[in-house]
Amino acid sequence: MSKKHVNHIEPYSPQFGTMIPLGGAKFLRTCVLWQLVRFVAINIRMTILILKSHH
Amino acid sequence: MARVVIMGGGVSGHTAATFIKDMLGKKHEVVVVTPNSNWNWIPSNIWVGVGEMSAEEVVFPLAPVYKKAGIDYRQAKALGIHPEGKADSDTPYIVIEYTDEEKSGTTEELTYDYLINATGPKLNFGATPGLGEGSNLGEHTVSVCTADHADHASHELDSCIEKMRNGERQAFLIGTGHGMCTCQGAAFEYIFNIEHKLKSEGVRDMADITFITNESFLGDFGMGGLHFKMGGFATSSKVFAESLYAERGMDWIIGAHVNKVEAGKVTYESLDGTMDEQEFDFAMLIPPFAGVGLKAIAKDGSDITSKVFAPNGFMKVDANYNAGAYENWKASDWPRTLQNPDYGNVFAVGIAFAPPHLISKPMSSPNGTPINPTPPRTGMPSAMMGKAVALSILDMIKGKSTEPTHTACMSEMGAACVASAGKGLFTGTAAAMTVFPIVPDFEKYPGVGRDLNGTTGELGLAAHWVKHILHHLFIWKAKLKPGWTLIPE
Ligand SMILES: Cc1cc2nc3c(=O)[nH]c(=O)nc-3n(C[C@H](O)[C@H](O)[C@H](O)COP(=O)(O)OP(=O)(O)OC[C@H]3O[C@@H](n4cnc5c(N)ncnc54)[C@H](O)[C@@H]3O)c2cc1C
Repeated sequence: MSKKHVNHIEPYSPQFGTMIPLGGAKFLRTCVLWQLVRFVAINIRMTILILKSHH
Repeated sequence: MARVVIMGGGVSGHTAATFIKDMLGKKHEVVVVTPNSNWNWIPSNIWVGVGEMSAEEVVFPLAPVYKKAGIDYRQAKALGIHPEGKADSDTPYIVIEYTDEEKSGTTEELTYDYLINATGPKLNFGATPGLGEGSNLGEHTVSVCTADHADHASHELDSCIEKMRNGERQAFLIGTGHGMCTCQGAAFEYIFNIEHKLKSEGVRDMADITFITNESFLGDFGMGGLHFKMGGFATSSKVFAESLYAERGMDWIIGAHVNKVEAGKVTYESLDGTMDEQEFDFAMLIPPFAGVGLKAIAKDGSDITSKVFAPNGFMKVDANYNAGAYENWKASDWPRTLQNPDYGNVFAVGIAFAPPHLISKPMSSPNGTPINPTPPRTGMPSAMMGKAVALSILDMIKGKSTEPTHTACMSEMGAACVASAGKGLFTGTAAAMTVFPIVPDFEKYPGVGRDLNGTTGELGLAAHWVKHILHHLFIWKAKLKPGWTLIPE
């Protein structure tokens, strides 16, 4: 029985040598609730970056 | 009364001019010399280039904004600087040539007490045969470097989509058009938007999409790559970037110096010295950047351009230009005050300053062709430099100090970058990346050269929302609407 996690990637092609997201990671990218949390996190992170960068 | 002249009204020059005028008030004069009548929020050109935004949405006229701010606006380009004045006067000045309809071609001398060079890049299409002539885009490829270019790119894209609908396969080639390009991030963002657009138009299966870059690995970004804290690992940007391409079934060509562009085909040399070709139906290739070609003239009329500017046309500032080989490079080579070493009242900010050297490791093919990304000077650091220099000049004018009091050093500051894939609020996923510092400092951050708490990357809708907010926020700020000074760079 075949079990498909990701679309076919040609073995030994450059694409074969990197990480490929699975369903869970992809789901979280567009899960609005989780993304609201990430939105706050990204903004905090960028604010800290800006504060650290001003001299 | 002091007069501050700013050459260039782009990201860094506009920031410097508006802050300095706001802080100096009416007693002092601020003059902006810039050839375009419109201000352009360049990052959103990417959305114009895929038809998600109109060119009008990313530009606005400068004249009313400068009028409101009390800034003397000259729609003109600077031709040269005379930092020592002339035979009968010690007052330094620049020579400008008007570009507006009324006075087009008229030249004028403009004296200054302080000068900020924020002229950004010359889009050097002419460096690659077939890519264009001088700073003009050629006929075989498209560009997203200006709003008009991006608008043209979007129409070309539409006609490719039409062909795919009619069953004709199309090859897309996006990337860098020369071995010495910077701005890989823009090409990176554009390819993801192209892919997203083709998917949403239902023609993705009819397209072969390839990225071509002068980076020796995907994710170098002209910063020697970076490591993100991700899932308990310090993950290389190489893995992060490759993963994005692999997930979308896109190919990549690395270490490539495009040396010729013809109709439907580029020829390129690789880092291993081999020559190859890549065919395309649609190509967006970023040109290499150079200084805009300003001249510098001494009091006696002699040409001192090579004293004031580096060979690439960017202005020398307080950087260490004698660092030598890659092994000797240090974070401290990077300029802090952005003051010209010979003329203390002259500064250069944004893309206009001459970096001390590359950030990425210098590489060349066995034929001796340099193939390496040049250092990026993106929007956030460019604006920060503009503000830091504005604050320094303010203190110098007010007599608080004779030396610059503020710094904006690329090895001490971070940058944030949001690369979208589409524009939807609920579709597509953007990459939000932060890097701290921009230039790695292996003494301060042994290991990967950067602070892993400040160097991050993630994908998701949230980054799209951030990109939308940045678009509106920065245009609001640039228009000097209420509260603009509170919006960070
Ligand atoms: C397609 C694209 C997408 C990008 N996306 C991002 C992004 O998402 N995030 C980010 O941080 N950065 C991004 N960047 C980079 C960002 O746009 C630049 O870092 C930034 O514009 C540099 O600011 P600057 O002031 O040095 O130059 P510019 O903004 O280019 O301004 C230079 C100004 O000088 C003027 N000028 C030229 N010649 C003369 C002359 N002789 N005399 C007087 N004035 C002159 C020009 O007309 C222009 O107005 C992107 C760049 C491109 C091309």
